[in-house]
Formats: sequence, C-alpha cells, structure tokens
Amino acid sequence: MLHVSKSVTINRPREEVYGLWRDLKNLPLFMHHVRSVTPLGDGRSHWVARAPAGQEVEWDAEIIDERPGRRIAWRSLAESDVRHEGEVRFREAPGDRGTEVRVHIDYDPPAGKAGAAVAKLFGEEPEQQIRDDLRRLKQVLETGEVLLSDGSLEGAGQGASKQRPSRPYDEDEEELP
Amino acid sequence: MRATCWMGKKDVQVLDVPEPKILNRRDAIVRVTATAICGSDLHLYNGLVKPMKKGDVLGHEFMGEVVELGPDVKNLRVGDRVVVPFTIACGACWQCRHDNWSLCENSNPNAALAEKAMGHATSGAFGYSHLTGGFAGGQAEFARVPFADVGPLKVNGGLTDEQVLFLSDILPTGYMGAEMCGIEPGDTVAVWGCGPVGVFAIMSAYLLGAGRVIGIDRFDYRLAMARDKGRAETIDYTKVDSVLDVLEDMTAGRGPDACIDAVGMEAHGEGFQYAYDKAKQTLKLETDRPIALREAILACRNGGTVSVIGVYAGFVDKLPMGTVMNRSLTIRSGQCHVHRYMRPLLSRIEKGEIDPTMVITHRLPLSEAPRGYDIFLKKEENCEKVVLIP
Repeated sequence: MLHVSKSVTINRPREEVYGLWRDLKNLPLFMHHVRSVTPLGDGRSHWVARAPAGQEVEWDAEIIDERPGRRIAWRSLAESDVRHEGEVRFREAPGDRGTEVRVHIDYDPPAGKAGAAVAKLFGEEPEQQIRDDLRRLKQVLETGEVLLSDGSLEGAGQGASKQRPSRPYDEDEEELP
Repeated sequence: MRATCWMGKKDVQVLDVPEPKILNRRDAIVRVTATAICGSDLHLYNGLVKPMKKGDVLGHEFMGEVVELGPDVKNLRVGDRVVVPFTIACGACWQCRHDNWSLCENSNPNAALAEKAMGHATSGAFGYSHLTGGFAGGQAEFARVPFADVGPLKVNGGLTDEQVLFLSDILPTGYMGAEMCGIEPGDTVAVWGCGPVGVFAIMSAYLLGAGRVIGIDRFDYRLAMARDKGRAETIDYTKVDSVLDVLEDMTAGRGPDACIDAVGMEAHGEGFQYAYDKAKQTLKLETDRPIALREAILACRNGGTVSVIGVYAGFVDKLPMGTVMNRSLTIRSGQCHVHRYMRPLLSRIEKGEIDPTMVITHRLPLSEAPRGYDIFLKKEENCEKVVLIP
C-alpha cells in the first residue's frame, strides 16, 4: 500500500467545510480527476473518474466511519479495480484561522490496464494532486468557485509543461480541456 | 485585439490575439485606456523571471473602462472607469482579511509551481510569468480582471488617466517602501535607485515625516528627477569612491535611519563586486545580483530598517547576515499590497499632495511598445517612465 497525506487551512467554519465534503455529489467541484460521485444510500457511493486517453475508471466506495463535523473515512469495495482507503479530518485552526483539513489515502496500485489507469489517476506526484484538490476546495469555499487563468484553463495544479501561453483563449485554436 | 506579447528574451511584439472573455463569475473585461511599462517588466524582458511561454501577454499596470461583467460582480457597472491593482486578490482568504493582498491564497492557479520555487505561493498577478498564475496582462486593448468586485478602484472623471494610472503599482509600491521604514520625524532615509518607484519612495518618505532623503543612482537624468521633483539630495555612485563613506559623512557617522532598495535583482555597480555577481548570474550560480541590497544593509544605522521593494526572484550570494544580526537591523519587504494603498493615495492625488505624472517621460501608442521596452532598458532618451496608449 502506498500512503499519501496532505492538508490545507480554509478560512471558513468547520461545519461548513465538513458539510460541503459530506455531500459527496460536491466532490467533483474540487477533485480534478473525479467526474461524478453518486450516493447509493447506506453510506455507499459510485465514483467515475477520468483516466488516460479519454477513458474512465469507475468504482464503488463505502463510508466506514463518520463523526459528523470531524471525520469521514471510506474505502473502496472489495471488487473494485481502484483499491484504496482514506480519511479526511476537520479541525478548528488556532487563532480564528478557520478549519484545518487533513486527508490520508492508502492505495494499492493493481497490475495491468487498470493499474496503469490508476497510476495515471494518482499521477507521478500523488501528494501534489491531493494538495491541488485541497487548494481547489479552499477556493470553492472561500471565493465561490475555482479561479481560471489564461495560462491554465483547468485551474490549480497543472504543471508548467501543460500551460498555454497567458493570452486570451481562442475557441478555434484548440478544445477546452 | 492588439496585445504586447513576450516572444523570447529581449523580444516583445505587438500582435493580434483573441479578445478576453469572462471565465469566472467575478470577472470583468476592461477596455484599456492607458497602460505602462514597469521596471519589473524588464526582468521578464531580460529573461530572468520564469517560467514564461512564448506568446504571453505582458503588462501589469493598466486602467480603463469596464465593458463586460461576470454575474457576481455587483459593485461595478459597464462604463465605470477603473484602475486595476497589479496583484490579483480574492478578498476572502486569511491574508486578504489581514490586508496582505499580494499574499492572497486563492488567486494563483499555479500556486503549486510557486510553492516549489519559493516554499509558499504568492498571489496571482497580471502579465508576470506563470509563477504568478499565467494571467494575460494589460499592455493590450482589453484585459480580463478576476475578482473584479475586490480589486478595481473606481475613479471619477475629474482626474486624467495619467494622474491615476500609477495607483496600479508603482505609486503604492514606492509608498509602501517608505511606510515599511517606520519613519520618525527628522529621520534620514537613503533610497537606492531613482527610477519611478525610487522617486515615489523618496516623495513618500518626505510625506511620512523624513527630514532628509538621499537618492542613489548612476544616470544624471534620474538623479536630476530625484532632486528636482523629489527634493532629494543625490549621490552618483559612479562618481564617488564609496557610497558607504559618503553616506557616513552625510550622517556624521550614524548611517541613514532607513535604507530602501528600489533596485532589485539586476543591480549595477562598480568594480569587483559587480563583476562577481554578473558572472555568477550569467553562469546561473546565482539568480539575482544583490549589489544595492548589500550596500543598503551595510550603510544602515544600528537598529535601523532596510526596506526591500526592488524585485528579487531567487537566490543571492554573500548577503552580510552578520551585520544584519549583530547590528539589530530589521529587514522588511514584499510585493506591494496594492489594494491597501489605492484609496488613501487616490485621496492624496485628489488633494494635490502627490502628482504622479511627474515621472512620465514617454507617451507612446501601444504599437510602439517594443521601442518602449528597448529605450527603457537602455536608458536612452532619458527614459524614466513609458505610458502606452492602446
């Protein structure tokens, strides 16, 4: 199992931060690779994520522990290609600085085609991806949405190599990512 | 539309590019009526601030008329005349709430790059490399302004563009440089660099109570501007053996109470030290040449303040930390928190206490931006400040 963890401080009340996350349908707002999360009831949910070459990977997950306002822990169901488990904790930051959000994920990169997809999903720098997702969460909560720039039309987290020149986007030039 | 594009080191071109569109709900599109070339644009021009991409639209000092608004901007109307701060700030994060706008935590989509380069990320900025977000700049006919409900300052019709344009950067930057000095009445303040920011720092130091301000540069016309427009005493560092000796003599051995570095990473100097830094920078063993900063630290009186508003990008060599520590110096610095200063400085302009137009030496059409960069870099035609009109 590989382990990654990252954290961010968000200048909003703990209940609000927790509330946005706990409504799992919101996760694609800030999780870059996740296209949709559909709650199935009973703490279970169905996830669809972007994979290389326009493909998608899907899995089901279940919440295995929950302390309202404090912690959500989940794991993928046994038959899933994308085997992982994780938790997110919410804590008041000191000195009226809002809420500290800490994410821990353990994942098991499987072999074969699915393995390649999962490797791509988490990327060569999985910590960076989680950090960027958390930064997007912070933007959504603090400013209302993820800020785009001319050079990075997907918002936070693209490497320098994926940047466009910082000049206004022309629809005829290329497809929006 | 026409826009000034960075095409490589010492190569800017005015090209046709698409017009900007609203990308976020709090955006505005501004038709630019006046913009300017900043000394810090020369660091991009010289290829010292990275990463840049061929085609990046330059320019972070601009103002104009609002022509389009995103649905969440409620405080502006189409037709409003606005000056736009060069730093982009959300107004909601902890740093914005603490008045540290150039440290906004939400306005830099490339924060991950900036974190790797600097430890923590800074705010986004217009037309200033992908390290500050990759936002198109304002040396263009139109510009997109994110968080338009927070940054742009409405200006009434009574003032000309030239009177208010520099609220976007250099006037607040010079003022913050002086404010960080914590000036007490009668203090002596020395300012390295008599470009537009240095001249505004000189003027601001007097406004904040300095008794005596000394400007240091090597160009006659800049020293003349510091004297004539800024009421500074001046030192031409190429004409004296030692700036430190001159400052010591001028202050009877104490040293200036505060020293402002309005030069930054491309400082020039005399003798071995300059040759050393220039060689190391060329070989990429050091990114920045801190000649002015070293001198400011050595000159400053015991317990005094060194205020750094000249731009540095990376690493410097041979910083005299021993003198900083043992002589109880305070170093203060930062990209200007422009939003903090725009209103109070606009009010000083309205009252006639500040005339920012005094630094303008060139007014060019946007199409002549390449010539503007060239003469500003080479300090030809007594170039102090270039304003571009799209």
